[in-house]
Amino acid sequence: MTLYTCLFYVLAVAIVTTTGIAITQRNLVHAVIYLVFSFFGSALLFYLLGAPLLAALEVIVYAGAIMVLFLFIIMMVKMESIEERMPPLGQWLPAVLCGILYLALGAVVVYTAPGSEFPLQTAMATPVELGKYLFQRHWLSIEIVSLLLLVAIIGALHLGKRKETGGTEEP
Amino acid sequence: MASALEAVKALASGFATTFMHLFRKPITEEYPEYKRVLPARSRARIILTRDPDGEERCVACYLCSAVCPVSCISMQSAEREDGRRYAAWFRINFARCIYCGLCEEACPTSAIQLSPFFETCEREILKLVYEKEDLLVSHQGKDKEYNFYKVAGVVTALGGKGEHFREDPPVDIKTNLP
Amino acid sequence: MLTWSLGFLILMVKLGAVLLFLLLAAAYLVWLERKFLARLQVRYGPNRAGKYGLLQPIADMIKMLTKEDTIPEGADRVIFLLAPAVVTVTALLMFAVIPFGGDLSFLGKRIPMVIADLNIGLLFVFALSSLGVYGIALGGWASNSKYSLLGGIRGAAQMISYELSLGLSLVPVVMLAGSFSLVDIVRAQEAYPFILVQPLAFVIFVISAMAESKRIPFDLPEAENELGAGYHTEYSGIRFGLFFLGEYVNMQVLGALVAVLFLGGWSGPFLSGPAWFCIKILVVALVMIWIRGTLPRLRYDQLMALGWKVLIPLALVNIVVTGAVILI
Repeated sequence: MTLYTCLFYVLAVAIVTTTGIAITQRNLVHAVIYLVFSFFGSALLFYLLGAPLLAALEVIVYAGAIMVLFLFIIMMVKMESIEERMPPLGQWLPAVLCGILYLALGAVVVYTAPGSEFPLQTAMATPVELGKYLFQRHWLSIEIVSLLLLVAIIGALHLGKRKETGGTEEP
Repeated sequence: MASALEAVKALASGFATTFMHLFRKPITEEYPEYKRVLPARSRARIILTRDPDGEERCVACYLCSAVCPVSCISMQSAEREDGRRYAAWFRINFARCIYCGLCEEACPTSAIQLSPFFETCEREILKLVYEKEDLLVSHQGKDKEYNFYKVAGVVTALGGKGEHFREDPPVDIKTNLP
Repeated sequence: MLTWSLGFLILMVKLGAVLLFLLLAAAYLVWLERKFLARLQVRYGPNRAGKYGLLQPIADMIKMLTKEDTIPEGADRVIFLLAPAVVTVTALLMFAVIPFGGDLSFLGKRIPMVIADLNIGLLFVFALSSLGVYGIALGGWASNSKYSLLGGIRGAAQMISYELSLGLSLVPVVMLAGSFSLVDIVRAQEAYPFILVQPLAFVIFVISAMAESKRIPFDLPEAENELGAGYHTEYSGIRFGLFFLGEYVNMQVLGALVAVLFLGGWSGPFLSGPAWFCIKILVVALVMIWIRGTLPRLRYDQLMALGWKVLIPLALVNIVVTGAVILI
């Protein structure tokens, strides 16, 4: 066990635990905070695996922006406390089945995949290398993704646009 | 574009104004070193004044005590042998006083007056309860002339019946008989 | 082993020096702000504690340390207690990647005047500043008070909005320097500071960074006359002190970032690197106080309109223009 392996397992346990707590917490703000910790852990994992740019982006985008928006909405909306009761069978049975299936598949893939017994070489992706790799080899997919985001932005603009007929417009 | 230019001009003039302020002498009056002379009628510490003859003006009529909105004035009236009333003791609790000046307005003899002296802070609150000897001063305050017993028509050492200012001699009721 | 322990020792010394400098500078930045703001408003400012009020920060510190630390009823205890620390720690950590000067040589070794020269330095700063929002939003939420909650919500919305223009305004700088590392960005400005070629980015960065650090024209999260004190209404004693400290460390971070990204960092004639760096931070801080003494607070819709409708489009245009110029 090298230092990196130790760090990896510590981080992995932390991520799984915080994500689990985030799912089971009834206090929504606490759940969001645990999710932030989980994202933070994943960012550290990225850093450990040699992708500092991805680590920084994970913290900025997920932990820093998206989770703040979650928090914002939770703080704006008055939360009714949900009474403790089991959801009906029809709701949780499919979820449990899917979960078991996913776990089984994951285990099969991990144990039968070729090369799973060889440790991978640690790579170091500096921002420059990562950028060149992405924009030289995968420029088409990046363009497609950015187009998708553009469509989403335009859609949001259309939905949020005020009706011109209703009421007086503010000067 | 014109509005942007206007905005920049407005911003620049604001910044210029505050920048010029840097070179002005501050207008602050630094209190303990510099004490501004307060107007004579500003309302602070309460005093009990004397009339021009040097006698106490207070006649212990209880009007100030009655009008006081926070009930911080209390006294006990007494009478001298010559007929003058005075306060046997007179007490103002400055920890409660709100310096409203109503006592001064109510006073028929100009005895109780508010003076501009305001530095009455104490660390111990009971020291703010002033007794008569703390309140009594040896001057007339803002009203230099007034002497209540010279005009009141009360028989004292200052004058018998009919001897006061603008007072007719007493009518002999027997002269009215037919 | 020896070199390793020597490196560790040097790192610890650097950490200690930077931390001490930051805390001391934050304390005297408060004094400077109060004094300078007072003169802008034709007043004297603090002048009782010591000569020119120079002991005022120490008096304030003693007051904050000895005051009772109250926790309001119904507050979310853990979050309430941790929120101020988040603000301060994120602000302090940002200095880990900021270079104070050129390399020193000591015992034949090159010692860079920066705690950690990360190759994602600028992104590290952004990540921390986006985590700093949590201190405000959660502190406001956990206080169980409507003023605090409103302050927290405003803070979260404002900081998310301005983070975008903050990041976008710096893309041209990164494009010109070709690196996220702040040391490399300073090295790239050896010929001329970037403020000369990127004045628009400079203006956008300063405005959005001031909004990000909630200083006066953008102090809606703590607007005194509407919200009491906003997100820190319910805080007292040292926890309020931590919020306060975070604010002033943020001001220094802002000054340092402006110096590093636009004013050429530590470089300058005659004086040594760290001295120039301090002077540049001080100048930025004075300008920020001047702005505070001049401009009134924005309305909420003006704040959002400025961020989304003016700064972000301008920053995008700036990126496109810079990219075109670099290509040609």
